[in-house]
Amino acid sequence: MATASKLSISDRFWRWFHGFGSPARFDRFAQKALPWFSWSAGILLLAGLIGGLFLAPADYQQGESFRIIYVHVPAAWMSLFTYVVMAMAGAVTLIWRMKLADAVARASAPLGASFTALALITGSLWGKPMWGTYWVWDGRLTSYLILLFLYLGYMALVSAIVDRRTASRAGAVLALVGVVNLPIIHFSVEWWNTLHQGATVSKMDTPSMDTSMLIPLLIMFFGFQLYYFAVMLMRVRNELLDTERRTKWVAEMLSTRK
Amino acid sequence: MGGRDAEYTKIIMNEFLHMGGYAVFVWSSFGISALVLLLNVLFPIMRRKQLIRDVEGHIRRKQ
Repeated sequence: MATASKLSISDRFWRWFHGFGSPARFDRFAQKALPWFSWSAGILLLAGLIGGLFLAPADYQQGESFRIIYVHVPAAWMSLFTYVVMAMAGAVTLIWRMKLADAVARASAPLGASFTALALITGSLWGKPMWGTYWVWDGRLTSYLILLFLYLGYMALVSAIVDRRTASRAGAVLALVGVVNLPIIHFSVEWWNTLHQGATVSKMDTPSMDTSMLIPLLIMFFGFQLYYFAVMLMRVRNELLDTERRTKWVAEMLSTRK
Repeated sequence: MGGRDAEYTKIIMNEFLHMGGYAVFVWSSFGISALVLLLNVLFPIMRRKQLIRDVEGHIRRKQ
C-alpha cells in the first residue's frame, strides 16, 4: 500500500484528477488563468488579422479573395477541436459523473456551434466567387451542416430536460454518438467527388503554402485556440456558479470579489 | 507636396478596401466573424453579472 510520503505515479495522478475536478479549486484556477488566455488570444487575433489582411500577398490564382482563409480555416479547425473536447467531457460525465466535465461540455457547445456556423458562412462567401455557388450538397459541406445540427441538438436537448443530471447524460450520449461524423468530415474530400479542396496544411506534409501566407494563418490558429479556452473558462465559471450557488466556496468567492 | 501624399494614401486605401473586386465577400467574412466572436465574449459576461446579482440576493435574504 502506498503511504502518504510514497505515492505511486498513478495515485498521484488520481489525486490530481480529483483535486482538479473539485469545482472550488477549478474556479480558483480559472480565475487566475483567464486574464492570460484572454490577453494572449486578443493579441494573437489582432496580429493574425493584420498579417492576413495587410502583410500576406494576394494569391496568384484566387487574388484577394483567398484572405477568407484566415477566418475560414481556423473556425473550421476549432469546430472539430471543440467537438472532441465536448465528446470527451461527455464521456467523463457518463463514467465518473464529474460535475466539472459536464460544465465543460455545456460551455463548449455554444462555442462549437458558433465556430461551425462561421466555417459554413465564410466558406459559402468564399465559394461564391471561386466556385460560382454559395452552396453544394457535397460530402464536406453536408457533413459540416450535420455538425452544426449536432451542436444545436445538444443545446436543445440539455435545455429541454428539466432534471439536470438526466439532461447532462442525455447530452453526453448524443455528443458521443455524433463522434461518427468526425471521420466523415475529415475523409469527405477524399471519398466523394467535391468542389472543396483537400487540406492545405497537414501534419504529415510540408504545407503547400508560402511562408508569408502561412505565418498569419498559424497565428490565427493559436488565436482561435486561446480564444476558445478563454470563453470556455468564462462559461464554465458561470455554470459552476449557477449549480454550486448554495455552497460555502461560492459565498466565499463572492465575498472576496473586488 | 502634402496634397499629393494625401491623394496617394487615398488611392492605397481605396485599393485595400476594394480587395481586388472581392470586397463584398472578404469584408462580410471578416465582419461576421468579428461579430460572432465578440458576442460570444459579451454573452457570458452579461450572464455572470446577472448570476452574481441572483446569488448575492439569495445569500442576503438567508442572513
